[in-house]
Amino acid sequence: MGSDAKYLRLFVIISLVFFYLPALLLPIFAFNESQVIAFPIGGFSLRWFKALLLETTLHQALGNSLYIAVVSSILGTFLGVLTARAYSRYDFSGKKASLSFILTPLVIPELIIGVALLIVLIQLGLPLNLYTVILGHTLLIMPFSTLVMMSAFNNLDRSIEEASLDLGETSIGTFRRIILPMVSPGLIASFIIGFTISLDEFMIAFFLSGTQPTLPVYIWAQFRFPVKLPGVMALGTLLILFSLLLLSLSEYFRRQILKSKITEVI
Amino acid sequence: MNEQDNKPIVQLRKIKKSFGNIKAVNGVTLDIKKGEFFSLLGPSGCGKTTLLRLIAGFEKPDSGEILIDGNEVASIEPNLRPTNMVFQNYAIFPHLNVEENIGYGLIQKKYVEKEKVKMVNEILELVGLGGLHKRVASALSGGQRQRVALARALILKPKVLLLDEPLSALDKKLREQMQSELRALQRAVGITFVLVTHDQQEALAMSDKIAVMFDGKVEQVALPQKLYDRPLTKGVASFIGSMNFFSAELLAEKEGNITVHSNVFGEIVLLEGQFSGQPNRGDIELGVRPEMLDISVGASTTINNFVKGKIEEISFLGQTTQFRVILLASKETILVLLNNSSKKLNLFQGDIVKISWEPSSFVGFS
Repeated sequence: MGSDAKYLRLFVIISLVFFYLPALLLPIFAFNESQVIAFPIGGFSLRWFKALLLETTLHQALGNSLYIAVVSSILGTFLGVLTARAYSRYDFSGKKASLSFILTPLVIPELIIGVALLIVLIQLGLPLNLYTVILGHTLLIMPFSTLVMMSAFNNLDRSIEEASLDLGETSIGTFRRIILPMVSPGLIASFIIGFTISLDEFMIAFFLSGTQPTLPVYIWAQFRFPVKLPGVMALGTLLILFSLLLLSLSEYFRRQILKSKITEVI
Repeated sequence: MNEQDNKPIVQLRKIKKSFGNIKAVNGVTLDIKKGEFFSLLGPSGCGKTTLLRLIAGFEKPDSGEILIDGNEVASIEPNLRPTNMVFQNYAIFPHLNVEENIGYGLIQKKYVEKEKVKMVNEILELVGLGGLHKRVASALSGGQRQRVALARALILKPKVLLLDEPLSALDKKLREQMQSELRALQRAVGITFVLVTHDQQEALAMSDKIAVMFDGKVEQVALPQKLYDRPLTKGVASFIGSMNFFSAELLAEKEGNITVHSNVFGEIVLLEGQFSGQPNRGDIELGVRPEMLDISVGASTTINNFVKGKIEEISFLGQTTQFRVILLASKETILVLLNNSSKKLNLFQGDIVKISWEPSSFVGFS
């Protein structure tokens, strides 16, 4: 028992180092005076962060990414809510089979989704722009959202819904006044997950973005110029901070779901 | 019960409802009168909750008719039925406070705001929750939740209030208190209450009338006292309280009375109403409640009817003591329940005692 705990502790420490050490290198080089990404590092400097402020293509890419992330996470969550509600509440033939079809984008490589969508769009003669990326990202987000919302809907006590109907409210009114407020932590969690998925998605955005790059596509393009590397490090540092913020937010709302589940049981 | 108003408010006609292969309700016909406190009593799985949900509209019957206040309601959705329900787990809306929970159904009805506030205040006083308007649902105790669930339903002035095991989640003391409160509340508002319960004590204590259900069918509908004293079937007799059963044979039938012979009790005359079924058919099952028997020791000359037995087990139950006695002659087991306040007998396991009875204590089933 005692030595088991010791090995477990060692395992945890190794994993943490393995996961976070590379990420820690980003801020180290981001604040590095030298332009070369190698040890030993030079003096402390904010020049790479200042340089970011002047990169107009970066600002455009960031704007594109945020726009795509907001719109596709809203669309994906909306579709996820409808799908999850149908699957958690109603019985119909082919329920299980169709659900696994809906969830397959979770396991299909994004490369394939990207290429497949590209072929379809070209065949249809549609131009590639932000909206085609939104289309791809919505497809990617919807299964995640479906899973999150299904667990939120399944946590709902059926009799709460019946009580609302019993008190004279219609089904639509019950959905608006009872069900949506009760699953709101799930809605927010789904939105945040969708947002992060879209924000750092490269493959689909690369194939479908046309002449308007998203942030990951922009970063990828920067790697061709060694001069730009420290700038990418600075950008990466900011992204890590932003991700941590989002992660804490979604964790907070996930705990809200658990809490509401517990009070229901009591 | 309001004797002047005997119109049925709920009429069930040959209701059948199956879930897959399970016949939850299998041909129930029942009248529930206006203003009555009516209980559906039975073991779990007997179909009583399904029957309640059929009245509320959450389930649709496979066949049969449901009439509420004379109108067929089969095609009417739950939100448009003149019934309201108190759910077993109360189903309080967790994101709303007490006031919002209680006023929930009023939004559908066209009241002015001032009127709504007045109604909420009145109903809160009625259920004893005055001053708790803004309390959040998660901060309510079990008893308070139950009162909110009651208030939320009663404020809509339903023609029938349906209660699905509303007291089963409460502890014993609170349950007994709520029993009398519910009874008083029902008398005060005059609304028909239909209560589902598996607790025979609860049903006996609260109801004007009880329907006992087994396996999707109603076995007997009667006043509580009648149900206890004159159960129509062995099932009802053993579900409501406990009963000793012995086999007997029919000797004679005369002017509605029958004479039966039992190896244990000898010849016993059962008057009309003391037996159910067709007495001319075969053997009779004789039943007697444990508390209707008496135990004595020694040579007493005043007792005519007695049988001897040996005490197998003594269980002290507080107000009463239960004796399990093996009859010497037939080796059959009989339970006797004595009131502890009435008698102080110094009895021990293994003692030989006399068990005596009054002939009027027996019921017969064929």
